[in-house]
Amino acid sequence: MDPVPVTLADRLVLHPDVALRPERFGALAYHFGNRRLSFIKHVDLLAVVEALDGERTVGEVLDSAGVDSGRHASFLTALATLSDSEVLCAT
Amino acid sequence: MRPEVVSQPPAATRPLVEEFRLGLDAPICLTWELTYACNLSCAHCLSSSGRRDPAELSTEECFAVIDELQRLQVFYVNLGGGEPMMRSDFFDIVDHAVSHHVGVKFSTNGTFIDAAAARRLAGMDYLDVQISIDGATSGVNDALRGRGSFAAARQAMDHLADADFGPFKISVVVTRQNVDQLDAFADIAAQYGAQLRVTRLRPSGRGADTWHDLHPTQEQQRQLYHWLLERPAVLTGDSFFHLSALGEPLPGLNLCGAGRVVCLIDPVGDVYACPFVIHDEFLAGNVRNDGGFTSVWRESELFTSLREPDSEGACVSCGSYDACQGGCMASKFFVGFDLTDPDPECVLGHAEPLLAALGTDSVVPRARVDHSRPGVSVPSPVTLRPTRRSGA
Ligand code: SF4
Ligand code: SF4
Repeated sequence: MDPVPVTLADRLVLHPDVALRPERFGALAYHFGNRRLSFIKHVDLLAVVEALDGERTVGEVLDSAGVDSGRHASFLTALATLSDSEVLCAT
Repeated sequence: MRPEVVSQPPAATRPLVEEFRLGLDAPICLTWELTYACNLSCAHCLSSSGRRDPAELSTEECFAVIDELQRLQVFYVNLGGGEPMMRSDFFDIVDHAVSHHVGVKFSTNGTFIDAAAARRLAGMDYLDVQISIDGATSGVNDALRGRGSFAAARQAMDHLADADFGPFKISVVVTRQNVDQLDAFADIAAQYGAQLRVTRLRPSGRGADTWHDLHPTQEQQRQLYHWLLERPAVLTGDSFFHLSALGEPLPGLNLCGAGRVVCLIDPVGDVYACPFVIHDEFLAGNVRNDGGFTSVWRESELFTSLREPDSEGACVSCGSYDACQGGCMASKFFVGFDLTDPDPECVLGHAEPLLAALGTDSVVPRARVDHSRPGVSVPSPVTLRPTRRSGA
């Protein structure tokens, strides 16, 4: 099943039960509640995840992280997968 | 042994599998056997457990290991043994781990989960329990694990259910004798709302003596492969990636993580490349050494060499290498193969000439470590249920 899409207008934040472990390629994200391990496969994606504060919109965070609009689609897909596995949650 | 994993786009700079092959600064998945003591004497025990080792880590030393794992952000450990609940400080160790944000998943034969223990376990956060059975009936199970072991495991499951533990796991090692019971295992799990986890038999520990009679036949491997493909919810700890050479890859990472993303700490603190290679050849160091676990993981000669690119060998030129990665190092080693040889259960049959050449009385590597209890006979599934020697 495809995850629920994330849009530029959404507000997201790291789930309080999730810990990030930075790695060469990005990070490991472990959810202590559902015990799922996710991989954040790119350092730029990690930078975005860390910048999400639940106040600014996803679009604003992508801009501030210097992700140009050509890469928005792939980041939105990645964020949707992370929301689906509850690494991120909506505010 | 590995967790359920989900990976994220955008496209990684390098495939994740390549990253993992180079090793990470800390393991993703760490197995820690707390004791060699066990009340059972399973015929295929990977650690040849039975008797406690007098040099086992003390409670304080265990706490220190946990503190180190917390610093390394190892998110959880798989506790096992032996039978981990035979340690009198078992609950102290678990409490220390979960209160330091090191989640615990522990494997047990269930004997010591009475009603009170089940309630205590149900009251803890970040804790998963995995009960082992290797048959869906007492006949098949007890032939491998010993008389009464099926009833004991079922009783533990009943206690966990009564205590509202939630979805525990039922862990099964797939053998020639139980592969036809896969649906029955799934039924048992469904009855309890439990998750089924099936893993691969390796010729490690006492398994070295029984592997030839217990490992699934080629036909059964194909049966298992299709069964797993249709049931992505069944956990496998990624242990059947050698089956991916049959076609569509099974879900998971599909690589041997030994010394790269996986390792074992044994009851005396020795660090091995993975739980299935308790042998000096794969011993990287000890947590009691200066620098502790961290320096063993990051600097040991063995782990450094395991993170180097694969050397040449029959598998590297095989068309299925990308899917199967040459299979399991432990299985090759303990049947007496070179590490560059195909997996002894190679689904394309490339190991069969090698197995035939080894014959029945060849000398295979033996572990220095054996804690089997003297005078206690190991169940012999072979006499109870005759099978032919070697893979048909
Ligand atoms: S030859 Fe090696 S890589 Fe090819 S399928 Fe067999 S074990 Fe896997
Ligand atoms: S040696 Fe075998 S059991 Fe150990 S990590 Fe590699 S594939 Fe898994």
